[in-house]
Amino acid sequence: MRINTFFYSVGQGLKNIFRNGMFSLASIATMSACIFMFGVFYILIANVNMAVQNVEQGVAITVFFEAGLEESRIKEIGEDIEKRTEVKEIVFISAEEAWDSFKDVYFEGNEDYAEGFTENPLEDFANYEVYLKDVSQQTGLVTYIQNIEGVREVKQSQAVADTLTEFNKILSLVSSGIILILLCVAVFLINNTVAVGISVRKEEIAIMKLIGATDFLVRFPFIVEGIIIGAAGAAIPLGLLFVLYDKIVLYVAEKFSLVGSMMDFVQPQVLFRGLAPVALILGVGIGLFGSMWTIRKHLKV
Amino acid sequence: MIKLEHVSKSYSAGIPALNDVNLEIEDGEFVFIVGSSGSGKSTLIKLLLKELEPTEGSIVINGKNLRKIRRRHIPKFRRNIGVVFQDFRLLKDRNVYENIAFAQKVIGQPTKNIKKKVPAMLSMVGLAAKYRSYPKELSGGEQQRVAIARALVNEPSILLADEPTGNLDSNNAWDIMKLLEEIHEHGTTVIVVTHNLDIVKVMKKRVITIQKGVVVSDSKQGDSSYED
Repeated sequence: MRINTFFYSVGQGLKNIFRNGMFSLASIATMSACIFMFGVFYILIANVNMAVQNVEQGVAITVFFEAGLEESRIKEIGEDIEKRTEVKEIVFISAEEAWDSFKDVYFEGNEDYAEGFTENPLEDFANYEVYLKDVSQQTGLVTYIQNIEGVREVKQSQAVADTLTEFNKILSLVSSGIILILLCVAVFLINNTVAVGISVRKEEIAIMKLIGATDFLVRFPFIVEGIIIGAAGAAIPLGLLFVLYDKIVLYVAEKFSLVGSMMDFVQPQVLFRGLAPVALILGVGIGLFGSMWTIRKHLKV
Repeated sequence: MIKLEHVSKSYSAGIPALNDVNLEIEDGEFVFIVGSSGSGKSTLIKLLLKELEPTEGSIVINGKNLRKIRRRHIPKFRRNIGVVFQDFRLLKDRNVYENIAFAQKVIGQPTKNIKKKVPAMLSMVGLAAKYRSYPKELSGGEQQRVAIARALVNEPSILLADEPTGNLDSNNAWDIMKLLEEIHEHGTTVIVVTHNLDIVKVMKKRVITIQKGVVVSDSKQGDSSYED
């Protein structure tokens, strides 16, 4: 395609948008609403994910051994666990360390009481603390460790992480459903806008075909129209979300200091580095898909 | 050269719009095609533009069998045929210059060429002074001149005019016919579909008469068996 033909087609695409001003505006507004909702859910999920990660970092499996198990066997068990791909870190807590830690928590201020124990009451409580890369894999790992010879008991604490993971799953499902419906509406509206454009330019298209315009040249302005509507429909909510996100984070941090201190918000730069390209690709993709679908349906060249 | 051999076209099971038409039109000829409404003239134009496929027979234009032209090559084929319609079919939102330039733009001509060719075409049709006017500001005759300029700007070897004087008064009709004759004198093959037998008789060109889809006469001197 020649460069002037390209610019001609882009110009025609832009003209189409202004010719069907109201339809174009409705399409851009719907697309903006879709991408805005998508952005809101993306932000929510990103922040919940971050919270899950924070909680997961504190979640560990505790592995206790059979009484009198040899040190070499305990070491072997540790090595076996460490080899597992889902394990991020493994820490050995000796019986002495376990007792010291217990004393620190339960005899704080009454250290004299602990003096009464001549022997380590937690003699058989040497253990491994196993930290996972992804807390959702905890059950599988626990089953594996339980079956290792020499392991007496495995304790897990995953309630909080499980709840958050579950919440994130539901959030992802609900948001996917809502976004899908909105995207269908957006495709439908772009479809209508382009169809109106085709109908308005029916005579021009007929003349173009008789003069000898290629199919591509007849179709390209409508594709440009769809892409521009999609891109505008993505850029507007992105700008809006960027401004609002900063303000909301600041507001929550100031007004709800408890929530602010409990939760770390994802930095806007980090968040938008992921969100912006996804939203733009989504917007342009829907615009492209919507216009191509309409052309296929209404524009017989 | 345009050659039709045993061309028939049926839209449905009824009477064919064209029935076993055999025609030869040499390069640089001026031909009138006459016939009553529904005689098959418009079908013939559509077949020549490859807007329709014949049910039977073959059409060869400038050595190319239309049946064998692939879909993607149709635009290139059509660039060699200019078309003018009774209702002008100008773009109302564009001025005279833009309407003619449009034909060049859609075939990807560079702006430099467009700037040379369009004023030349405007001078040829006598509308150089009105290049900024919009179609609604022009008379019927002037609008048809713009349509002719648009049809010729890409230098086709064939000009098809479908009832070019149908919406014009007698004076304007004669002006348009004079313009078409000038174009013919420059070597373009001109095919005019018309009802206007006065013009046909005076111009003394070849006349092909079609009735009920059949070529009933083909006269070299402006005679026609058709009566309007």
